[in-house]
Amino acid sequence: MPRTARDVVFVDGVRTPFGKAGPKGIYHETRADDLVVKCIRELLRRNPALDPAAVDDVAVAATTQIGDQGLTIGRTAGILAGLPPTVPGYSIDRMCAGAMTAVTTTAASTAFGAYDIALAGGVEHMGRHPMGEAVDPNPRFVSEKLVDESALFMGMTAENLHDRFPHLTKARADEYAVHSQEKAAKAYANGRIQADLVPISVRRTNAEAGETGWGLATRDEPMRPGTTLANLASLKTPFRAHGRVTAGNAAGLNDGATASLIAAEDVARAAGLPVKMRLVSFAFAGVEPEVMGVGPIPSTEKALAKAGLGIADIGLFEINEAFAVQVLAFLDHFGLPDDDPRVNQYGGAIAFGHPLASSGVRLMTQLARQFEEQPQVRYGITTMCVGFGMGGTVIWENPHFEGAGK
Amino acid sequence: MSSSTVELLKGAAERFPDEVVTQAHVRHLDLPGDAGRFALITLDNGFDHTKPTTFGPQSLAGLDAALDQVEKEAADGEITGVGVTGKPFIFAVGADLKGVEVLGHRDEALAIGRGGHEVFKRLADLAVPTFAYYNGAAMGGGVEIGLHCTYRTVSAAVPAFSLPEVFLGLVPGWGGCTLLPNLIGADRAVTVVIENSLNQNRQLKGKQVYDLGIADALFEGADFLEQSLAWTAAVLGGELEVVRPDIDRGEEWDAAIERGRAVADDKVHGAAPAAYRALDIMAAAKNGDLRQGFAAEDEALADLIMGGELRAGIYAFDLVQRRAKRPAGAPDKSLARPVTKVGVVGAGLMASQLALLFVRRLEVPVVLTDIDQERIDKGVAWVHEQIDMLLLKGRVNQDAANRLKALVTGSLDKAAAFADADFVIEAVFEELSLKQRIFAELEEVVPPTAILATNTSSLSVTEMAAGLAHPERVVGFHFFNPVAILPLLEIVRAGATDDASLATAFAVAKKLKKSAVLVKDAPAFVVNRILTRFMGEVLGAVDEGTPVEVADGALAPLGLPMSPIVLLDLVGPAVAHHVAGTLAAAFPDRFAQSENLGRVVEAGKRTLYVHDSGKPELDPEVAALFRTGDTVLTEEQVRDRALDAIAQEIRLMLDEGVVAEAQDIDLCLITGAGWPFHLGGITPYLDRAGVSERVTGRRFLAPGVASVPE
Repeated sequence: MPRTARDVVFVDGVRTPFGKAGPKGIYHETRADDLVVKCIRELLRRNPALDPAAVDDVAVAATTQIGDQGLTIGRTAGILAGLPPTVPGYSIDRMCAGAMTAVTTTAASTAFGAYDIALAGGVEHMGRHPMGEAVDPNPRFVSEKLVDESALFMGMTAENLHDRFPHLTKARADEYAVHSQEKAAKAYANGRIQADLVPISVRRTNAEAGETGWGLATRDEPMRPGTTLANLASLKTPFRAHGRVTAGNAAGLNDGATASLIAAEDVARAAGLPVKMRLVSFAFAGVEPEVMGVGPIPSTEKALAKAGLGIADIGLFEINEAFAVQVLAFLDHFGLPDDDPRVNQYGGAIAFGHPLASSGVRLMTQLARQFEEQPQVRYGITTMCVGFGMGGTVIWENPHFEGAGK
Repeated sequence: MSSSTVELLKGAAERFPDEVVTQAHVRHLDLPGDAGRFALITLDNGFDHTKPTTFGPQSLAGLDAALDQVEKEAADGEITGVGVTGKPFIFAVGADLKGVEVLGHRDEALAIGRGGHEVFKRLADLAVPTFAYYNGAAMGGGVEIGLHCTYRTVSAAVPAFSLPEVFLGLVPGWGGCTLLPNLIGADRAVTVVIENSLNQNRQLKGKQVYDLGIADALFEGADFLEQSLAWTAAVLGGELEVVRPDIDRGEEWDAAIERGRAVADDKVHGAAPAAYRALDIMAAAKNGDLRQGFAAEDEALADLIMGGELRAGIYAFDLVQRRAKRPAGAPDKSLARPVTKVGVVGAGLMASQLALLFVRRLEVPVVLTDIDQERIDKGVAWVHEQIDMLLLKGRVNQDAANRLKALVTGSLDKAAAFADADFVIEAVFEELSLKQRIFAELEEVVPPTAILATNTSSLSVTEMAAGLAHPERVVGFHFFNPVAILPLLEIVRAGATDDASLATAFAVAKKLKKSAVLVKDAPAFVVNRILTRFMGEVLGAVDEGTPVEVADGALAPLGLPMSPIVLLDLVGPAVAHHVAGTLAAAFPDRFAQSENLGRVVEAGKRTLYVHDSGKPELDPEVAALFRTGDTVLTEEQVRDRALDAIAQEIRLMLDEGVVAEAQDIDLCLITGAGWPFHLGGITPYLDRAGVSERVTGRRFLAPGVASVPE
């Protein structure tokens, strides 16, 4: 039977404010599944034109699929969110690129014609599920030297990246990090972030962590506006003595969730749903696990090649800031300056936090807001590095594009 | 709070050192949409939902301190509003009844009322609007704290919301009687305060709370608090105007109060004061004067707390809530054997009712047997019809109905039907030799550990088991008619019954959702013995010459669910006469068969009363059968005679060890005969009316148990 691939669009995306993992974090007493459930409900509320029964699938990513992130969270979250039982769901894992993969997978299914509309998102409660919880790496990785032991520890892979690119110094990484905090604070001041946040009720029973009782999370907890180079210079380098990677030039350990609505463009337009971005191409690529931070380079090259575009065609970049050095490596590779104004205009994960499998959709909601503000931009990318040596890139077209030169 | 109330609450707190204190946590948050800084108070006793949040004196003082804090913040312009919510699944379930039980002086009782008012009403007097977010179960004072707030939201997931005070013997006295009719109108308030309370403490669900107008907004459970706060932001920001319908303060108000009185009369027959006190306050609340209303609530609370009806009510509530769930004397439940198939001997109406109950609750195969196929078919068909009715009413879905119907079968062949049954109950005619024969027959075919149970109401279970090879597995399993409605199950330990069989019987009872009480194998067990003794005195008075209407009306001041003769008609004269015969044979000095009743049974009359005129009157044909003496007693004399007899009988039963304690007698009468909470079953009433001491020389319960401590 003849097929026509359909255009796929990013209808809308939301996220919870991100929290700091751990006993004093805002979400310490909040379940991971509740975070993603509340995102799904907010998406449905914001888009009353969407008939919940018309959702063809719910893809939810989590890196550690245990406990409240287990039990096929895409399915359970759908039921808990009040979607009709006829709407199926599944779980996705590509570590940090989980939500990104949820989007590309449902988008691909939509382009193929299997879906009209899907929900895609991710969640990671790193407080309840620390990185590496219950992992059991095959001993052959080490015995056959398939990967270096450092490949399992993301901070060490970032140190490895500094080794590989000696000119990407700690000073440059810190400077980048300070700039990220500044941009994030400015985006907040301009109300660019809050519009896509889902307030989350949070309970606290431990008085050591602050006022007890029910509260409401309305802002990202990890942000450190006013961070200076001097502040960063004094931080420890936990992954290597006299190393370069610190808590200041990397994303922290965080809790949070995201969700987005992906649809065939014709379906979205017929239903009266908004169209915030149009999918152009996507690609994932593998690299040596010891330097997973370079992953976005080959994945971006691949995605550009598939789209027939060059890096010069990209007007806006949303690159996940797992580590400053990994962003610098990307910029360096493509010949872009460290402070390129097209890159992470609202700041990035160093300021907001990076709850692993949820972050992909955060990049997309921020790019979507930037598209809306900048109709002169035609293409943008969202890209991120992924544990065990991978990168993922999605290229998007701005539906508000009014032609260059404006 | 006024200093005198503070002092009195302190005194109350000292009397109640075991209070599970509810903390009022104050936490600040930024409302969505830049609607400002907000103080949210969380009521939380530090336990999970299995120990709901309550208010005792220390809890009220803690809430007062939290309100001091937010009052200052509100006055200083630091916050734009104040909210109140609860821990997960629970908003708050009202006053701590344990704290009420220890109150021995009226001024302390008054302090509890005033303390609640003085703290709660601060929520109405703050410089900023206040919001209650009913996130979970809310009862009594939990509902009332929200009524003092400017606005309320409710979660659609709230499973239980009520003002149960009247059910217990109180009035909603922390603002409920006054505020609720002024919020939603008198008629709806009467439904909540009086009608629901007196209908087995019926609960409202979240949506009903909204539909009644108690809450201004309804949100789903999944993000209830988030949506409530977003709604709050919209209200505070002026984007949303809360409009409530006008309430009728004219004739409708008076008619509502009258309707409430009719409901109360129908349920408690004027015998318990709480509903009437609540209605008086609600009637007066028509003028909207809150201060006057709150003062009346304080006085009513103090009076009722110092009265025996409330003490009996709390005692009765505790019996059905706690004692019924942990039956006194039941063996360790780990001894219970699994029950995977049930047999019912007999396919008559009682047997069929049992089959229906067993299959619904146990969801295991249930086989009915009888002496001919036609009876069996009729029994099975009846059960299937009942399941179809449940399906029609939406109580079960089609899959469940299919499953249940498939589980119920009939067989003429006991050997085949019961070869793998774990529990076989007989519900055949009340004749000892017949039941002995059936048990002997069953023993040949059932597995060696299968329980053999009898639904006898008055025969000796021990004698029924005599002659069996394994009498240790025989238990009495005495249900009350109608089986689907009355919760009581008297479990009879016969002479040889072993712990494993008894534990299995209790495990089955629990699955059947019945309130099981362990009783000794004594004639007519508990409920029938007491009712028969009591009925015997009333009929005796009639036989001796007291007019039926005088004798039958004598107990009206107690507020029993029905008069003795109406009860006799419900049971059926033949059954009552038969049980009286059994008891007269066992205890000829205290029980006798009424000759007049014998003539009624002989004449084949099914009832003594006819209802042709709309109210019960003695059937002239029955009257014609009566031959009476010429001793005419007054109502008071009949009442004394009946109550004296009950007191004597209960004392004898306790001395014989029929049950473990007086509490079990009361639990039986509440759950098996529907005797009211304000009597506490009966022994609290006999104690407080002085009957126990007059007849037996001592009380049934220690002073302070179901009574005001001295």
